[in-house]
Amino acid sequence: MDFPSTQFVSSQTMATYEPIHQIGMWGENFKSISNPNISASVIVDVVNKLENESETTSHEMLASSSKHDQEASKPFDKIQRRLAQNREAARKSRLRKKAYVQQLENSRLKLIQLEQELERSRQQQGLYVGGGLDTGHLGISGAVNSGIAAFELGYERWMEERNKQICELRSALNAQISDIELRILVESGMSHYFELFRMKSSVAKADVFYVMSGKWKTSAERFFSWIGGFRPSELLKVLVPQIDPLTDQQILDVCNLKQSCQQAEDALSQGMEKLRETVSATLASDQMGQGIYVPQVAMAMEKLEALVRFVNQADHLRQQTLQQMSYILTTRQAARGLLALGEYIQRLQALSTLWANHPRKPA
Amino acid sequence: MDKVVRLVSERGVVLFSKSTCCLCYAVKILFQELGVTPTVHEIDQDPEGRELERALMRLGCKAPVPAVFIGGKLVGSTNEVMSLHLSGGLIPLLKPYQALC
Repeated sequence: MDFPSTQFVSSQTMATYEPIHQIGMWGENFKSISNPNISASVIVDVVNKLENESETTSHEMLASSSKHDQEASKPFDKIQRRLAQNREAARKSRLRKKAYVQQLENSRLKLIQLEQELERSRQQQGLYVGGGLDTGHLGISGAVNSGIAAFELGYERWMEERNKQICELRSALNAQISDIELRILVESGMSHYFELFRMKSSVAKADVFYVMSGKWKTSAERFFSWIGGFRPSELLKVLVPQIDPLTDQQILDVCNLKQSCQQAEDALSQGMEKLRETVSATLASDQMGQGIYVPQVAMAMEKLEALVRFVNQADHLRQQTLQQMSYILTTRQAARGLLALGEYIQRLQALSTLWANHPRKPA
Repeated sequence: MDKVVRLVSERGVVLFSKSTCCLCYAVKILFQELGVTPTVHEIDQDPEGRELERALMRLGCKAPVPAVFIGGKLVGSTNEVMSLHLSGGLIPLLKPYQALC
């Protein structure tokens, strides 16, 4: 169902159009194209059905003509002429279909944009409740929406589990349990975060902008967002004071880690900036005034694919930071670190709730 | 493959990149921050680019760019470079090639 972007580009650059009345004929058969609920796959199915029908009719004509031949000897010429007419009709039909499909490609782009606008306004009004799971309205964004719905469900469960782990860590540290038992808690805490990165990677493939937006998070968390999540160096700044006292070697190691983190983040940030510049330049690369549905849009989309790699790279950085900290710290320190991290995020979430509910001054 | 081998044994730090790849740009920036000027081969501007791409993929670089070699040995793509840097292993490898301040 997925039309490659190159196909779209070629149909857009085709300046030649079949005469309007031929498109009109196809158009009449598909009056319902104006209905945004018809998905592209349904349209293609109907087009194919019509194509098959016209071929079937010519087959029927052949069959009936050969029947007549046996009964009352029809001249050979008439059959030949009829065959030639069939071929010509089929050829014309194929040409009309081609022109119509080109028009469909254009409409498809408009349709995608309309659907997304609709989805955006639905979500803003809080009407969106797993809308993508309604197969009757499964448009082009249907698969994306179900990926997002799955992620949001998974994240809810993930948060519950994480809050549970924070409680366990808190009581474990207060109860002075053995290092071995504490190690188990630390390991499960770490793998829990790695699980989140896997989930994010999966939904990034469906909709990278969703991950970039951080929509599943509270507003205060989003305030600190850097390429779809927290800046590792910022988290280190928050956590390290909580893990005191550190040995001299640990202080050195943490310092080096902070610096490497910062450098890696800077490099990725600049790469992102370059990506924005590239997309922007591609979109505006032609003479403006040609309208919206130009090849530049498809070309920019190809550039945008790099965003998925950046998001994955940022999560990889977060994962590596956690990993390195676990090597530098003792079990007890790591447990305190995880607890501090969990509580910090819980406080951010509380801040978001407080903010959402605080009385506003009248305008 | 021969060309890859030849190119990586030429200089210390070699980066295979594409001029349009922004992640490759990020890796270049990182090396800059670390005081290293890698030898950059933009494979999209190389007439044998396709062959280079295939060779890199056979060596395990799925992307295939960015691909980093230090001292003739493959370090890897962005993931490996970042991991190495965070673990403190990148700078020792780069030391012989860092610009003297």
